[in-house]
This record gives sequence, C-alpha cells and structure tokens, in this order.
Amino acid sequence: MSTQEQILEELTTTDYKYGFVTDIEQDNAPKGLTEDTVRFISAKKEEPEWMLEWRLKAFRDWQKMTEPTWANVHYPKVDFQDIIYYSAPKQKISLDSLDDVDPELLKTFEKLGISLDEQKRLSGVAVDIVFDSVSVKTTFQETLKQKGIIFCSMSEAIREHGELVKKYIGSVVPQKDNFYAGLNSAVFSDGSFCYIPKGVRCPMELSTYFRINSAGSGQFERTLLIADEGSYVSYLEGCTAPQRDENQLHAAVVELIALDNAEIKYSTVQNWYPGDKEGKGGIYNFVTKRGICKGNYSKISWTQVETGSAITWKYPSCILAGDNSIGEFYSVAVTNNMQQADTGTKMIHIGKNTKSRIVSKGISAGRSQNSYRGLVKVHRKAENARNFSQCDSLLMGDQCGAHTFPYLEISNNSSKVEHEATTSKIGEDLLFYFQQRGIDEETAVSMIVNGFCKEVMDNLPMEFAVEARKLLAISLEGSVG
Amino acid sequence: MLQIKNLHASISSDSGAKEILKGLSLEVNAGEVHAIMGPNGTGKSTLAAVLTGKEGYDITEGTVEFEGKNLMDLSPEERAQQGLFLAFQYPVEIPGVSNANFLKAAVNEIRKSKGMDNIPPNEFLKLMREKMELVEMSKDFISRFVNHGYSGGEKKRNEIFQMAMLDPKLAILDETDSGLDIDALRIVANGVNKLRTKENAFVVITHYQRLLDYIIPDFVHVMYDGKIVKSGDKDLALELEEKGYDWIKELSNVEI
Repeated sequence: MSTQEQILEELTTTDYKYGFVTDIEQDNAPKGLTEDTVRFISAKKEEPEWMLEWRLKAFRDWQKMTEPTWANVHYPKVDFQDIIYYSAPKQKISLDSLDDVDPELLKTFEKLGISLDEQKRLSGVAVDIVFDSVSVKTTFQETLKQKGIIFCSMSEAIREHGELVKKYIGSVVPQKDNFYAGLNSAVFSDGSFCYIPKGVRCPMELSTYFRINSAGSGQFERTLLIADEGSYVSYLEGCTAPQRDENQLHAAVVELIALDNAEIKYSTVQNWYPGDKEGKGGIYNFVTKRGICKGNYSKISWTQVETGSAITWKYPSCILAGDNSIGEFYSVAVTNNMQQADTGTKMIHIGKNTKSRIVSKGISAGRSQNSYRGLVKVHRKAENARNFSQCDSLLMGDQCGAHTFPYLEISNNSSKVEHEATTSKIGEDLLFYFQQRGIDEETAVSMIVNGFCKEVMDNLPMEFAVEARKLLAISLEGSVG
Repeated sequence: MLQIKNLHASISSDSGAKEILKGLSLEVNAGEVHAIMGPNGTGKSTLAAVLTGKEGYDITEGTVEFEGKNLMDLSPEERAQQGLFLAFQYPVEIPGVSNANFLKAAVNEIRKSKGMDNIPPNEFLKLMREKMELVEMSKDFISRFVNHGYSGGEKKRNEIFQMAMLDPKLAILDETDSGLDIDALRIVANGVNKLRTKENAFVVITHYQRLLDYIIPDFVHVMYDGKIVKSGDKDLALELEEKGYDWIKELSNVEI
C-alpha cells in the first residue's frame, strides 16, 4: 500500500467523536410491540380517544405490511419485538427556566457544544429539545406566541391544538404510506409541532435538536409543520447520538404543509452514530419526510447534510399540488467506513407551472456505499412542469461505491426535465497537484470537499452551515475526506 | 541550486519494479535555463516526477540536492514550499475550487513555511491581477474553478500563471509546449522569459525544438534510455532537430 493510500485510509477511518452515554433515569415501556404497547404510549401521553384510535388503526395496518427491500442497503433483520417503544426521562415536563433542567442533560448538550444559554444568547434560535422522546424544554415560546406561532412538542399539540393536529396529521404521510411510516404512526413518542398563521413571517429560525440516548429504545418522532397562507418559516433539525454497541432503530415521520403563497425551508444536519470501523453498532435511520405544496405559489425547500447513521433510508419529497408551486432538494450525503446510504427525493408535479430542483452531492469514503435514488413524476395535468436534477458523486479511495438511480415518469408533453450527473474521485494525481503547490493532503481534501458541497451548504442558514462544515470535517476527518 | 548525481529510479507496479532512470547526473545553477530533450519513453517525465516527490517511484541509487538539502528527505509539499515548482504536462481539473482559493491556499502555505503571516486579501488580489496580465488571462479567471473545463492551451497558461504567483527558485516545465498552438506557445514562452532572473532557474522538458526558439536555453541535454547522453548549448537542439532522434540512438549505442 502506498503512503498516500495509507494516509487516505487513516484519515477515513476516524472514530466517532460524540460517543458518550448520559446517565439519566428512564421511564420505559416494556419491550416489544402489541396493541397494549400502543395503548400504553397513548395513555402515558394523556392523549384523547381519537388519537389512540388513529394509532391503533396504524398499528393494525402495519401488522399486515412487510419491510421494504428495494433499497441498496444490507443489514441484519430488525426484531421489532426486541425494542423498547417508549422511554422518557423521569422529570416534570413543565419547566420554568433552564435551572430546572436535569444538570446531566445540560452537560450532554455542553459536550455537543450546543449549550442552551449560548444558543439563546448568540443566535436567537428557539430550541425545542427532544431528548429521548420527550420534549424537555421549549424556549422562546413567548416571542412566538405574540406572532400567533405555535411551536411545541407533538404531545402538547395533541392536547392543546387537537383540531389542527387532527386535520393535518397523516394528510401528507398516511398511516399506510410505508412500513416505517406505519410503525411510526402507531408508536410515535413525540416530536415537534409548528403552525405559522396567515401572513406571518417567522422572526427566527426554529430549531430542534434530537438525540437518541437510551440503549435499545427506538426513537419515533413525528413532526408536523403547517405554514398557512402567505407565511414563511425556516426550520432547523440537527442530531447527534451517543456510541452504542447494538443497533438502534430510528423511524421518524415529518409532514410539511404549505398553503397558498407560503414558504417552508426545512434544513437538517444529521450526525448519528454510524457504527465502528467494522460497521458494528450504529443507527438505522428509516425516515419518511414529505411536504405538500398544497396552495398556489407555495414553496418547500429541503436541505440536508447527512453524515451519520449505519444505514440511511430517506427521501425528503415534495408533492407540488398547487399551481406555480416550487419544490427544492439540496443534499450532501457522506458515507465512510461501512456506512450505507440510500437517499434522494421525489418530486411529484401535479399543478400547472410547477418547478422542482434537485441538487444531490454524495461523498463516499472507506468501504461505504452511497446511493442516490430520485423520482421525478409529472402528472398528466401538470402543464409546463420543469425539473432540473444534478447528482454528483465524489469517491475517496477505491473501496467505496457510489450509485445513482434516477426515475423519471413523465405524462405531460409540455414538461421539461433535465438530469445531469458526474462522478469524480479524489485520487493520487489530484492530491499530488495540491501538494506540488505546497498544500498538504488534509487541507487539499477539505478544500475539495467544501468546493464539492458548496451549492448545498450555501442553502443552509448561516449558523447551521458552520455546524455542518464542522460535522463534515469530523466525518471525513483529516479526510481524504 | 540543484545537483543530481548518478540517479537511478524505478517505477513500482504490480508486475514488479522497472528501472527508468539509469544513472542521470545534472547540475543546475541560479540564473540558468536548461532544456532536456529526447524521444518518448526515455524518462524525462519520470525525472520531473521523482524530483517533485510523486508516489510510485523508488530511488535505488544516487543523490539529489536542492539548495544544499537532500531533496529525497522532504515531502512533496515541503519541496514545493522550498521553491520547487512543476508545470504539469497534464494539469488536473479541480471542480468546486476557484483559482483564487487554490492559489491563496498555496501562497499562504508557502508563507507559513517561512514563518510569515497570511497574505493580506488586497495584496493577494493585486498580485493575481498583475500576474494574470503576464499570461493574458481574462478577468473571470479569478473565480473560475481550477482547470475545470479549460482548453488545453488555457490549462498550460494556468500552469505558468501559478508559477508566476508562487515565484519558485526552480521551475520544471514538463512538456508545457505540447498541444499548444503558436499563439498559446508565444504567451507561455513570454511568461517564462519575463520571470527569468539571476536568482531562479528553469528546467524545460520538451520534445521539440520549437519552444526553444522562444525560450533560449543556456544548456541543452539530450536524454536517452534513462540518462543524459549528450549536452551542449542551444545549437544542440537545432542539430537534434535536423538529424532526428535516430542520431541519438546511434550516439548512445556508441557510448555504451
């Protein structure tokens, strides 16, 4: 093995930096999944009858479904009876100030470099923390309240804003949509709810930090975000998780609804534990994210930076139902060591003059496999639909793989669909060129990667982009990557 | 400045090692321009690769000193920081990295190795504009990605431009003239000539005599089968052009 290959290998086999476990007392459901589990969760959360019924229907449908196998990922079968479906930190839910928050919990956030105080002081970001399934503290509620914005935990929304939840939950991702969405619908523990009233521009970035912390407890968040007519919101979601030896299942559902002239910008930085160098441990991330541009001239924009998880199965999608609506998907997916990612988007054009844009950047290192899977579907009535897709892959070393699966289903002659794809490799010649100009390999790689991802990074809100670049650097550390 | 003594180097591959340089000696002093000529496959590009530290070559015998230091002890980036520059025969494309970013990083790394602070942005931009004129680059060049989608001529001009920016002590031009039309050739040669000083030196590797009409060398060396078989002044290039490389083959047979 040449020196460069060795460096490449060293650089791309970095251990996960955020591996630690917080010792907080847990209040768990018994292992396994039956109707009783669903009832247990619903009762724990003091939910109304209709919610329980909705969950039970999902559970009964889910029992008849089978796990999908079409994705380009390989993993041992998940035993759904060997999972704890509910775990909550034992503490009072309503807190008056940060002083009331469990100091252990605060320490965890400090380790992650996201101290709440700092967050509050520096960035003016309202942070809704989901710590093992229960929202512990919601900040900035008051400021938002003045604008009529509702931003709270899903449990609270079900109790306090039942009508809104009832109207929209499952309207974008139905209970039966897919195996994991079905599971989520039955047992979702918590998540975030957000409603932006007519004509309101949300004055701050709304942010949620998710964190999986209880061994063996799958996490099933449910997020519902409604932007009423003429409103605007930018929502940030970021995650890290502690190091674990057993696989942790994660099956979230995110639903976005944009009414006439509304705009939703949804940004994710995901850095869950990817497993060790041999792929042991690590999170299974099976997420259903979908938004509907229900109203005319509405817009939904997904931006994601995916660096973590052992397995990623995720396709943030847009249903462009309203005329002149716009869907966007900007993605950086990094896989290293033994990680596998099958991610992409679906753009469903239904309304007239709808536009979509897909920019996907896949970076593969180590022995990882990185797949882009995207569907552009233009319905018969979607006159003048436009799509542009750009899928670029960057390979580091020669043991990883990059795959692109673009699907196009076009049923309207007036539409215009473009797809571009490139594959490049950080090889010896490229690195030597940098070195010959006095630039060492590590700097070279970070310059190449940053350049490669720039178009996507530019779409992240500023404060988030900083964190995203940090994660990118850590994931591919020193990386020839 | 550069002393190469009895250099033997082989290329390592799966099928074993193959010796390419077979006892090459060369001395280059400040203020000199050396041309190295010779047919394909005689080891001209290997010499450039070995001097700049590219992976995949084993030095089996001989020494190389650059400014009194053993060049082989240094990493490729250290060699560059010491003032050794290679204008590549096939410059790579770097999508996503602009010329400005790339060169700023290079300039700053070289400054850092000398214990200097980063170049102030204004000064850097001024330097870029000044050197761009030298090789007749258009203004949008600053923000274009390095070599990405450039024509062959543009890539070669960019090599000369980078050389101008980094101001090396010793520059090796590896077949910079190949694939250039006469205008590009003139621009490249003109750039080199303007950069010539008493303090720096050039090693110009070329196939054809043509480039040497523009860059007048102090010495011409003819390489064959891994070593220099004949040295002379600029007239040697003309003689070679006239007599062809068969003459060299005969020459080397006689000498062996």
